Order: sequence, then structure tokens, then C-alpha cells
Amino acid sequence: MRALRSLAPFLLGAPVFWLVQCYAPPTLAIVLLMAGVNVILAVSLNMVNGFTGQFSLGHAGFMAIGAYTTAKITLALGDPAGGVPPWLWSNGVFLLALLAGMGLSALMGLMVGVPSLRLRGDYLAIVTLGFNEIIRVLIENVRWLGGATGISGVPPYTTLVWVGLAALATVVTAQRLLCSTHGRAMLSVREDEVAAEAMGVDTVGYKVRAFALSAAFAGLGGGLLGHYILLVTPKSFTFVKSIEVVVMVVLGGMGSISGATLAAVLLTGALELMRGLDQYRMVMYSLLLVVLMLARPTGLFGTREIWEFWGAKKKKAAA
Amino acid sequence: MSGAVLRAEDVTMRFGGLTALSKFNIELRPKELVGLIGPNGAGKTTAFNALSGVYAPTEGSVILGGVRVNGLRPHQVCALGIARTFQNIRLFKNLSALDNVRIACHARGHGPLWEPLLGTSGHEVREGRMEATARELLEVMGLGDLADAQAKNLPYGLQRRLEIARALGAEPKVLCLDEPAAGMNATETAALMSLIHDIRDRFGVAVLLIEHDMKLVMGISERLIVLDHGVTISSGKPEDVRKDPKVIEAYLGVEDGHKALDSEAA
Repeated sequence: MRALRSLAPFLLGAPVFWLVQCYAPPTLAIVLLMAGVNVILAVSLNMVNGFTGQFSLGHAGFMAIGAYTTAKITLALGDPAGGVPPWLWSNGVFLLALLAGMGLSALMGLMVGVPSLRLRGDYLAIVTLGFNEIIRVLIENVRWLGGATGISGVPPYTTLVWVGLAALATVVTAQRLLCSTHGRAMLSVREDEVAAEAMGVDTVGYKVRAFALSAAFAGLGGGLLGHYILLVTPKSFTFVKSIEVVVMVVLGGMGSISGATLAAVLLTGALELMRGLDQYRMVMYSLLLVVLMLARPTGLFGTREIWEFWGAKKKKAAA
Repeated sequence: MSGAVLRAEDVTMRFGGLTALSKFNIELRPKELVGLIGPNGAGKTTAFNALSGVYAPTEGSVILGGVRVNGLRPHQVCALGIARTFQNIRLFKNLSALDNVRIACHARGHGPLWEPLLGTSGHEVREGRMEATARELLEVMGLGDLADAQAKNLPYGLQRRLEIARALGAEPKVLCLDEPAAGMNATETAALMSLIHDIRDRFGVAVLLIEHDMKLVMGISERLIVLDHGVTISSGKPEDVRKDPKVIEAYLGVEDGHKALDSEAA
């Protein structure tokens, strides 16, 4: 019964995603898929930037680790063996590869986190930015990873169902974390580190945990992206990508899961709608960001969630 | 004495050339209420910070429940049984009163990180237990109806009370209160002092109370330690300390010291 309850979001989500995959027009499917990947990235970065209040600019670095690990594994295990049906084999290998990518990303998150999380604010941002660049430059110079041209011919395993379920997993994890004592410990780090420490919260420990968890899901997003565009290159993981994700988190409201989700979907959709504007597209995009930030300086939802606004409205109506 | 819950031996804190605290000694027995007083800048808060692990003492040692805590991180010291409030309130401002207290319950009440992610039953039991403890503490501190209020929206006096509730959430053996009555009026202060007395009896904690207003602590402290310029100038029963010429000098200067203090006490 309990297992059923904790799996409920996925059991309900899977058929919905499958229906969308079958019946959505191709252009819409592409937008939805990109939006899903961006939801994964924004919500996972929110665990660091929003929950613990640390400023990480290295999300694309973790994406790269996930993308390369996943691609290497799926390429190595491309052909079905032992009479397994091909669809089962490919999806099985993909799951395995994604999990491995998440694991390696999380490990890198720990490795970056442990020494650098004693830094605060701008200093931490610079270290994470540096990490992002180190990863990218390292990949560019390793022939086994394809160097600057990257890995091409990645199998097209990513489907809307995969992305939908992965996005759901990210949101559910973030939400369950936030509602638990561990999530509150992370929030206390954001609110007042000295007080949190004095109340028995292992602040460094929680920063590292948030970092590792966030890195794992960034790796998941990277893996899915690689198996959709069928090409993994270092150019996809520059710090510009990291900043793109930071923009989504800031726009949604630091610490708000529904905010990050909505911002990821909105920005992906907006960029897609503005495709017709050609060279003015990025200008309009920037303008949109400026206007949104002027209108809502703390992001769409601040640190709150969308349903808290519903509650407030109802209370007002009752009074 | 072996029965001490907290013992500081010759604790000295130096910052560069400045000795903020010199050879500070204290021995706190279970359920004792001790006042730490002294004029502004006497080193009271420095003593607190050295005891609670915010600073590692330059010299000397702090022993909490038989364990030497020098150099441990504050959360480790907290786990050994000390919890504190802050002179300038440091609540988790954007979180609810309930969450503020629940965070303090975290250290003793949490399970592994994967439990909430998978939604196991153990996690729900733990969460329930923590919430019950936190609500009870809020009730005791008179904040029962304000559990869902954001900490920053509470009035000043209640924020001070919430900080005490939060400190109690860490289930300490020693509760350190840093000027809990600062900024309160006379009625609020009197109510708070009797509340502190009740807390000591109810939770069986030893209380170390910083206050620079001597009159306040006289009433409820069983023992006083007086600091001036980082040096312990007097200690003992309140009535003895009050008569100590060194204390009078530190507080009121030499001339007419006795008269002023006597009239204040009367």
C-alpha cells in the first residue's frame, strides 16, 4: 500500500505522458520535451540555489558529466545480446546508463562540494563557474571523449515518456525533500547559517548533500538531452547554459519548486514562439526577462509555492 | 565536582592583542540557574560563544557532560547538550514558528536522507514525533496559536520567546540565554523571568543567563558570576555578590555605589 502511494505520481504520470507522446503534433512534442529537460535542470539547481541559498554557477558541468557518461554507456551497449527484444534492451540500457550518469555526477558534486562549500556567496559562485569550465576544457582535450567535436551518433533513446517521468521524479524528489526535516535543515542554512549550526544542523553536511543531489539530477537532464539531440559536444555545456538555468530559478523564485517548474516551461515556450523573430529573438528574450524581473523582483512566486497563493485567495474571500 | 553538566576551566579568548576573556571558570550543576552579569563589553557574549563552540578557546578547556568540546563545530557541541539564544535575535525569519522549532528538533529526530524521498513509514513516524515536540514547546512558550505565523511577523517579545522554544527543541542539558529580556518592558520582563524559572523546573535543564541589568537576575539566579573587562571579578550567591565592592565599582563607579544599588534593590 505504502509502496503504491510513493509510486503513485509515476503510475498516474506514465499513461498521460504516453498519450501525449502518441497524439501530440511533432512540433508541440519537441517543445514539451525541451521544457521537460529544462524543468529537470531548473528544479535540481533550485535544491542548491533555492533551498540552501548557495549560489552555484556550475550546473552545466554536471550536465556534461551525465551526458558523456550516459552516451558512452549506451554506445558501448548498443546491440541487443542474449535474445532480449530490442525495445527492452535499449530502454534497459538507457535506464542503466542514466543511473550511472546520475551517480557519477553526484560523485563529482561531492568532490566539488566538500572543499568549496566552506566558501560563501560570490566566492562559491566563482569556484563553481571555474569547475564548469574545467570540465568543459578537460573534455575538449580528451580524445576518448571526442575532443572538441564531441560524440556523435548517440542512439535516439530519449522519448517524451522518459523525459516526463524524469521531470516528475525530479519534482517529486524536490517536493518530498522540502517537506521533510532534511529539507527544513537545508532551508535553515539559507535563513541563518550561524543559528542553524547552533541548533545542531550540520550546515556543511547539508550543503554538500544538496550539491550532490542537485548534481545527480543535472546529470539526468544532461543524459536525456544528449540522447535527444543525438550529439554530445562540449559546446552544449558552457557556462552560458549554467546561466540559462540560473535565470529559470531566479525567475521562478528562489526556493519555489512550482516557480522553477513554471519558469522552465514558460521560458522554453517563449523562446519557441519567438522563433519567427529571427535575429531579434534573443533581444526579445532578454527584454522579457528584464520586464518580468521588474514586475516581480523576487521571482514569480518568491519563496512560496503556487498553491499557497490559492490558499491566500480563499482566506481573503472567506474574510 | 563530577556532577557538573558544564565546566569551563581557565578559558581564555584572545583576538589579536585583545584579551576578551581571561581565565574564565564556571561549573554548572544539573538544573542550576546561574546568572552571568557584567557591564557592556565585559565579555559575557564572548564567554557564551566559547562555551557553545562558535569560537575555539585560545586557552583552557570546555567540558560538556564529561566530553572536552574545544575545537568541535557548534552543531557537534549542540549535540552534546548545549543550546543557546542570541542577543540580536537570529530566527529563521522566513519560516513559520513551527518550522523554527522543528529545525532544532532535527538533530535528534532525523533518519536517513532517502527515507523521505521514498516516503517510508519510519519517516512519517519521525516527522510526527518532531511536530508533536515542537507544538508542545510552542504551547509552553505561549505561542501555541501562532505555529503557522512567519517568524519575522511575530512581535518582538514573542520572537524572543520563539528563540527560547527553538533552543529547547534541541533537547539541551544546558540552556544559554543571551539577554533574553533585552528590549522588553518591565511587565514582559517579569513574566519572562518567571517563565525561565518554570522552564528550568519543567525540562530539568541548567540555565545560564546573561543579563547586564543586575536587578533582573538577582531575583531568579541561584548563583552569579560577574565579569568586567573579560575578568571574573566576583561570584557566589546574589546577596553576597551585591555587596561585593568590586562589583559595585564595576557597575556604578566608586562614589555612592552602595547607596544607588541599595535603593535599586529596595
